[in-house]
Amino acid sequence: MHKTLRVTGLLILTILLHTVAIAGDKSVTMITDTCVACHGDQGNSVGPAIPNLAGMSSNYLIAAMLAYKYDDDEDKLAEAIESEPAFEDVEEFPRYSTIMGRIAKGYTIEEIKMIAEYFSSITPKFPTQNYDADLASAGQELHEIHCEKCHENEGRSAEDDTGILAGQWKPYFLYTMHDFINGDRGMPKKMKKELDEIAETVGDDGIKQLAEYYASISD
Amino acid sequence: MKKLNRRDFIKLGGGSVVAGTAGFSIPNIALGASKKVVVIGGGAGGTIAAKYLRRADSSLEVTLIEKNDDYHSCFMSNEVIGGDRKIETIRHTYDGLKKHGINVVKSKATGVDVDAKKVMTESGDSFSYDRLVVSPGISIKWGTLEGYDEAASEIMPHAWKAGSQTALLRKQLESMDDGGLVILTPPGNPFRCPPGPYERVCQIAHYLKHSKPKSKILILDAKDKFSKQALFMQGWKARYDGMIEWVPGADTGGGVTSVDSGSMTVSTDFDDYKGDVINVIPPQAAGKIAQVAGLTNDSGWCPVDLGTFESTIHAGIYVIGDASIAKGMPKSAYAANSQAKVCAAAIVASLNDHDMADPSYVNTCYSLIAPDYGISVAAVYRLAEDRSEISQVAGGLTPSDASPDALEREVQYAYSWYDNIIADMFT
Repeated sequence: MHKTLRVTGLLILTILLHTVAIAGDKSVTMITDTCVACHGDQGNSVGPAIPNLAGMSSNYLIAAMLAYKYDDDEDKLAEAIESEPAFEDVEEFPRYSTIMGRIAKGYTIEEIKMIAEYFSSITPKFPTQNYDADLASAGQELHEIHCEKCHENEGRSAEDDTGILAGQWKPYFLYTMHDFINGDRGMPKKMKKELDEIAETVGDDGIKQLAEYYASISD
Repeated sequence: MKKLNRRDFIKLGGGSVVAGTAGFSIPNIALGASKKVVVIGGGAGGTIAAKYLRRADSSLEVTLIEKNDDYHSCFMSNEVIGGDRKIETIRHTYDGLKKHGINVVKSKATGVDVDAKKVMTESGDSFSYDRLVVSPGISIKWGTLEGYDEAASEIMPHAWKAGSQTALLRKQLESMDDGGLVILTPPGNPFRCPPGPYERVCQIAHYLKHSKPKSKILILDAKDKFSKQALFMQGWKARYDGMIEWVPGADTGGGVTSVDSGSMTVSTDFDDYKGDVINVIPPQAAGKIAQVAGLTNDSGWCPVDLGTFESTIHAGIYVIGDASIAKGMPKSAYAANSQAKVCAAAIVASLNDHDMADPSYVNTCYSLIAPDYGISVAAVYRLAEDRSEISQVAGGLTPSDASPDALEREVQYAYSWYDNIIADMFT
């Protein structure tokens, strides 16, 4: 928690410095404007394969962008993490992507922090998605047993830099879980343990049930 | 640029009698009335410029002048031609923009009085402005390709502006017999959507493979290389082997030089080719209004300051999207979107007399080779220090060894890209 607070302080300072230089937070929007034509207005995507960024924690987004930026160089990633005490929690490596690895390399660490702070400050809008009620109900059970402890409040929470699962787009969620399970995306040990347990008890259907459950949650 | 503004100001002040009777905007400024920005063209650039101007400064009076009732996106229109998508899904209306307080005017801009700062329209109304954004897309250079005029385009469609031309090309493919020959003639650079002709080939091949498998596609290119070439050729081989022949310009002395819609023939310096469906993608220039307003140079496109998109010919007028010479960026929808945002920031900064942030630009462009096979190019750009170029600082293509799963995801990302960029433009 202390760590998170420290990051926030640093970021606010960064933004204030920009404010002085250019009268407004326009440099933040100059950067984030380039993101939103794909990721949706304020990071609330209306395209189901592209994730919502709105409301994700700043550290979550920084971790993602650094992993993309340095997806071809683990040493440089380690160097970047070491350069900032605030990045200590960045542990998601590798992080598979089709296109973000090509894009993230175009932004400086300073800009990545600005991007992250911006999208984390936005209230997420959960899209209305079709879902199968039976599968969603089975998914809810799995969520409560295996996921809720970290992904609190029905997966709505971004606390402790967990990804927001509630309302996340189904196709994106399924891609992501596929990547976690294949080892194309790193995850905390405790998460791997829970996923292994889900696979043992309900097999491949577990992920599908979870996807339906998170899709069923609206604001 | 400030200097130019001042010069214009003096020039207008000199004609104060005229200015006074015309209700020139100096008194308005003195009274603190809202500043006026007129945007010509409601496409990928103009819609975004209008919306982001209002967002950045809600005191601005923003008028968007668009000649069509609704918009058909060129992006994803190749899927309509291939038959996997209905044309209704690429049609969008301007209703959503009105709720941003944008005055949407359905009319055709016919001229710009750069001294009086006024846009004339077909309906007879004129619109005065403090800043003007011109985002007219492309115009077809009729007559450059011998035999290709508007009448010929009803027989050999270009389908390079989406809508009725898209529907026409689709209909012709549907009517063609199995075993027919489809000819495409991509132009030399620069032109709208560099990978577009080659994605179109894929979409047509996808249709023919399933419905008319004995048919062939011949590409008579003016160029010797093209966008995403290796990836397209890899896709053609993987999915449409033996169906597509690409002839580079070097083999024909520079591609097609004349067409005859009567005999359905296209000719190079060496040979004549008869096709059953012929898609002529003709040479292009900036949209007509940019030419009429004197914003183009000898190339037919509009030179601009690359950090603001202000015309280097007429101060106070900004040109974005396909019509502009955005050196370093392709003529694509996402590029127009990105340029529009930079341009809006530049205009707000200039009207409020503050410095603008360093511009940042992105392009993202997907091409659909098959329903489960997508490729992309992405780039992040910065303005070169001497403002001579919009320099790519990162980006690249789908890797040539991408897995089938990755290629399938790229299709889904393309669809979601479409959803989000359309929402950015129209909601």
